[in-house]
Amino acid sequence: MIHLDNIERVFHVGDEEVHALRGVSLTIQAGEYVSIMGPSGSGKSSLLNIIGLLDRPNQGRYALDERDVTGLGDDELARVRREKIGFVFQFFHLVPRLTAAQNIALPMMLAGIDPAERQRRLAVLLAQYGLENRAGHRPDQLSGGQCQRVAIARAMSMQPAVILADEPTGNLDSTTGREVMALLEGLHAAGGTLIMVTHDRELGARAGRQLRMVDGQLVGDERNA
Amino acid sequence: MRPSDFLDFAWQVVRGNRSRTLLILLAMGIGVAAVLMVTSLGEGARRYVLNQFSGLGANLVIVLPGRSETAGGIPGFLIGKTPRLLTTDDALALTRSHAVRRIAPLIVGAGDVHWNARSRETPILGTTAEFIVVRQMAMGQGQFLPEGDPHHSQPVCVIGAKVKRELFSGGTAVGEWLRIGDRRFRVIGVIAPQGQSLGFNTDEIVVVPLAAAQALFNTESLFRIMIEAKSRTLVPQAKADALEIIRLRHEGERDVTVITQDAVLSTFDRILGALTLAVAGIAAISLSVAGILIMNVMLISVTQRKREIGLLKALGATGRQVRLLFFTEAALLALAGGSAGLIVGKLGQLVVASIFPDIPFSIPWWALVAAPVTAVATAILFSVAPARKAAQLDPVLALSARK
Repeated sequence: MIHLDNIERVFHVGDEEVHALRGVSLTIQAGEYVSIMGPSGSGKSSLLNIIGLLDRPNQGRYALDERDVTGLGDDELARVRREKIGFVFQFFHLVPRLTAAQNIALPMMLAGIDPAERQRRLAVLLAQYGLENRAGHRPDQLSGGQCQRVAIARAMSMQPAVILADEPTGNLDSTTGREVMALLEGLHAAGGTLIMVTHDRELGARAGRQLRMVDGQLVGDERNA
Repeated sequence: MRPSDFLDFAWQVVRGNRSRTLLILLAMGIGVAAVLMVTSLGEGARRYVLNQFSGLGANLVIVLPGRSETAGGIPGFLIGKTPRLLTTDDALALTRSHAVRRIAPLIVGAGDVHWNARSRETPILGTTAEFIVVRQMAMGQGQFLPEGDPHHSQPVCVIGAKVKRELFSGGTAVGEWLRIGDRRFRVIGVIAPQGQSLGFNTDEIVVVPLAAAQALFNTESLFRIMIEAKSRTLVPQAKADALEIIRLRHEGERDVTVITQDAVLSTFDRILGALTLAVAGIAAISLSVAGILIMNVMLISVTQRKREIGLLKALGATGRQVRLLFFTEAALLALAGGSAGLIVGKLGQLVVASIFPDIPFSIPWWALVAAPVTAVATAILFSVAPARKAAQLDPVLALSARK
């Protein structure tokens, strides 16, 4: 479902060129659980941004669901993101003035989904992630684990094909981290494609397929038996 | 996204940043209120002056002695010339013009009016029977001066409503004899109250026949000659005829000034209209300042909300949606500010009107429409730049921005 072919990403920092990704080629099938690991600055996040269509490669081709998305315009990319990709961030990225329910409903609002349908899906999501009692709370009234649950519910609200998680437990203590992982893995178990960036080996090892990156190149691609 | 979603989202932002919202409302409100107040002052002054003049009567031409000199030169009295006086015969000669319907010569002075032990100093008008028609006044009781040769007079007078109240305090006035100076006049009528008109109040005057006033003040000279033209279109003709007739009677000397009500009116109208526009323009500057304030606040808001904008884009917001979100926010603020300004402006106008009840303050309709529309238009115009900036943010950079 995800097919990357010889992706290059170069940043210009002052006069210097920084090669964040050097000729990365990768195919991920629907329903896989992939972790991307590597030291800081190895290009993990750059790769995730390219896969999530937040960023464009300087060279190479990217096909998502058999469709070449390399040359799409900004608005078309936004539309594909909205329908196919759900993001879970390390810093949750909730809008502080909106309630948990409003945060969860953001993607549905952007997609112009009928308010009645929105309410219906919202009720299901709140129940699914144990947030019924927190629906009217704003992020500063929620714990870290609850914030990340809101973020995951938001990512799932458009029922995306791919979940991209960037250090989803990086800002949580180990207990809540485990809870959040259980939720994400539950999504995978239900048939979703889960791609997670982490530098925690133990966490990465739980994935069915582990990619290792160093200096912008893929140096390892292992599968658990 | 649905239109209601844009409104909802913008409302959350506006509500979430109270002090920022109040600041913008204040700036917008002051701008709009200033435009309304200032135009209502200008419009009030214009209407006041127009009312004063239209109280004079229709198709009016006024002849005054002496010529208003606009070119320099030595004033006549220095080289031994005195301006010729306007006489009763000059006035009667004016009726020869076919453009003139009727005339009313006028003498004005002040005198003590006595009745029994009471006395009062009032302006005294000497004129003829036509005066009441030319000036379009109405009688409250009795009759106005009788018709007849203006060279001769009967010992009768007509008094204003206030004079009657003060001298007779509720008693009957018609039929009583008044003494003015050393002459006695029988009251034959009371003028209906009508208030201020061009400097003097007809409620406070005493009107006597022309010849009687000439004798009282010991002068032949008229203060004014009021002419009523036969129709509005004949006003210029009446004016030209009046000038020519007086010139012939004064040995070819053009020594009177003739003014028409229309000319005076339209001059005042133009001057006051221009004044209103000018001050409204100055007030409009405060509106544009408010617009610039909105731009600044929105620019700061874009910088502060980088992460939020990045998030919205990651969640699938298009550039257009982000732009529209910011536009909606600016429009919402401007609309609220504009309405606040409308209310404050209207209240201010009422306050000023209660302080100066004589002046008919009113906000002209164009200002009522233009002020809020300008406010919203400037707000949206000035939020183009911030909205574009937000829409063009790179989601990766925006998301990684630290608070």
